[in-house]
Amino acid sequence: MTITTTHYLVLAAIVFCIGLAGVSIRKNALVMFMSIELMLNAANLTFVAYSQALDDIAGQVVVFFILVVAAGEVAVGLALMVAIFRRKNKTSPDEISNMAEIVRIDDSEVTNVS
Amino acid sequence: MSPNILEYSYLIPAVPFVSAIFLLLFGKRLKPIVAGVIGTVAMGSTFIMWIISFCALQNIEGEEVRRMTSQGYTWMQIGNFSVDFRFMVDPLSIVMVGFITLVATLIHVYSIGYMKGDPRFSRFFAYLNLFAASMLILVLGENLLVTFLGWEGVGLCSYLLISFWFEKKSAATAGKKAFVANRVGDVGFLLAMFLIIATPSLGSLSYTHIQDRVSAVPTISATAIVLLLFVGAMGKSAQFPLHIWLPDAMEGPTPVSALIHAATMVTAGVFLLVRISPLIGTASPEASSIIAIVGLITALYAAICALAQNDIKRVLAYSTISQLGFTFLAIGVGAYSGAIFHVVTHAFFKALLFLGSGSVIHAMHPVAHEKHFDEQDMRNMGGLKKHLPITHATFLVGWLAIAGIFPFAGFWSKDEILGATFLRGGILGYGLWVLGMFAALLTAFYMTRQVQMVFYSKPRFGETENLPHESPKTMTIPLIILSAFGALIGLINVPLKSREELTKFIDPAIHGSKHAEIATFVKINGLSLAGISLALAIIGILIGIKVYRSRPVDSDDEPLKALGPVVPLSLNAFYVNTGVANLVAGIGTKFANTLAFFVDNKVIDGASSNMAKGIEDSGRILRKIQSGFVRRYVLYMSGGTLLILLLALWGNAQ
Repeated sequence: MTITTTHYLVLAAIVFCIGLAGVSIRKNALVMFMSIELMLNAANLTFVAYSQALDDIAGQVVVFFILVVAAGEVAVGLALMVAIFRRKNKTSPDEISNMAEIVRIDDSEVTNVS
Repeated sequence: MSPNILEYSYLIPAVPFVSAIFLLLFGKRLKPIVAGVIGTVAMGSTFIMWIISFCALQNIEGEEVRRMTSQGYTWMQIGNFSVDFRFMVDPLSIVMVGFITLVATLIHVYSIGYMKGDPRFSRFFAYLNLFAASMLILVLGENLLVTFLGWEGVGLCSYLLISFWFEKKSAATAGKKAFVANRVGDVGFLLAMFLIIATPSLGSLSYTHIQDRVSAVPTISATAIVLLLFVGAMGKSAQFPLHIWLPDAMEGPTPVSALIHAATMVTAGVFLLVRISPLIGTASPEASSIIAIVGLITALYAAICALAQNDIKRVLAYSTISQLGFTFLAIGVGAYSGAIFHVVTHAFFKALLFLGSGSVIHAMHPVAHEKHFDEQDMRNMGGLKKHLPITHATFLVGWLAIAGIFPFAGFWSKDEILGATFLRGGILGYGLWVLGMFAALLTAFYMTRQVQMVFYSKPRFGETENLPHESPKTMTIPLIILSAFGALIGLINVPLKSREELTKFIDPAIHGSKHAEIATFVKINGLSLAGISLALAIIGILIGIKVYRSRPVDSDDEPLKALGPVVPLSLNAFYVNTGVANLVAGIGTKFANTLAFFVDNKVIDGASSNMAKGIEDSGRILRKIQSGFVRRYVLYMSGGTLLILLLALWGNAQ
């Protein structure tokens, strides 16, 4: 069986869905980060697949850009996480909701400000 | 004097302006006399600058119009349209600057005496300086917008000065009235500027530019622009029916009356129309006829109103309106330099008359205070010749000048206007001439009445220890100087040679003037026409003397009563004032109420408050989405992306 572009695209879709599910379900910020990376790389995979199929180098160039941006994003994101952890001793994004319309006093009780 | 010095002509308005700012900021800490001297010196220096500029202008060589633009900068630039902030010295503006600075300086000196002891002495001088600066900006402006700047400046200052004694309710109201009436005219000015910008063949507000391009302007545009500017001029120069503010402006201190009515503000409209006279030449002849007719109506109407007034300053106020009517008549018949000539002579003799009346009021003040009567009411005066010899002598000069007696100033200028009207010919020309002659006769009569009531006959203020006394030197010296000018200033345009000196000087600056015809007039039948008008003036004076000599005027015995219904009409100015008041109070108030309580409350406020309410409501709903769960945001985001993707696919499939 030859591996066609379709295979790559299906793989990328699967990886993307895993990533999306991870971001949506997991509570741990670190794991959410990893899931975002999965989604990014699924996109990369798509780009490379099309680049190869269409014989166009531009797709691979874009991938490099995405890699660079992803690296930057990770650096900033991790720095933020460390900073938040130091201040609040929390790692779950759900617990950091100062900007929310609904302020959570603790995990169980929900109070509407307005 | 090198002409290049005229590049610094911006200093002429700048000096009084800076002085005004200084006096406003620090005037209270200065001694009153110091503030007065600062203001006067600032004003006097502009007169010296005028002498320098005048000499420098003479030295401009060449065939071109003598004209020099000052340094300046681009005020605004919008696409191809730009306006410069610059001043321009040319024969027309230099004539205006000349009499403005001279008369204003004398009025400043006079005010030092007149305003002595006033609690807001320094502020008065600040306003006077600001007024003069605005007026100089107005006449020196290189384009209509700079002129408009000065135009609004004098409007503001007249408001401030008329209501200078704002503790008096009537003064505060008079100031407001002047401001509002002028605003009506300003709309005309603004619309005219917009129209000039919108006219493709003009497209620039610069006077030089307009003058160069004038032949390319379509008649209809030129007519519209001229008429709109005329509306503006009607407001400033108190032409019927926008004159209503001027008699009330008498509430201000007398030097202000002299400054506003004689030298400055009221001449602005005349100046403006002469400035754009090339356009008047292009406009249809009907526009000129309208200007002439409005001018004549004003001249005649105000002369009749002046007949029965009892307030010494109101007589002069109506005579000012009447004289301005004459200048508009001159513009209407194409005698532009004649209009400027009359404005110049009028500035001197009317300033003289106003300052003279101020001296009389000043003298009457203690008596009026003791006996509790109105110090400005002529019915309480009489026999002041004995007590005020200098004021009396100078006032007589002003009287003869305004009546048009040879060889005083008014004779020459009024005659030039009436001659030009006669020369215009046709039913309109002759009709205007006859009525103008009648107005001149009335002028001679009512001025004689005033002189008789104030200076001759028996004193009517009764026995008193506070006899009226001559005013201090600071007041009499300006009177003497002004009376010299009032007597002699007419000589600058004596029609001895084929053309008059002033005319020859101004004419190149206002191309399109029809002055060639007037020059011929002077040769042909000038002498007989002048004879007729002189005879009429003398008749007016003789009637006045006869009526008021033989029947000493008492408060309730007014010889004019013989004229019957004219007297109440004249005294109430034909009820124009009341008519306007009723119009504004009736329809105007209703209209304003509709605007305020329906249109403004419901439509305008309704639109904005409903919009705000809508945004508030949608915000209240939408903020529920911000839950603080990052994972929920991810869901929204991926859901949204999916939606866009589906839409794109669906669009492709179509």
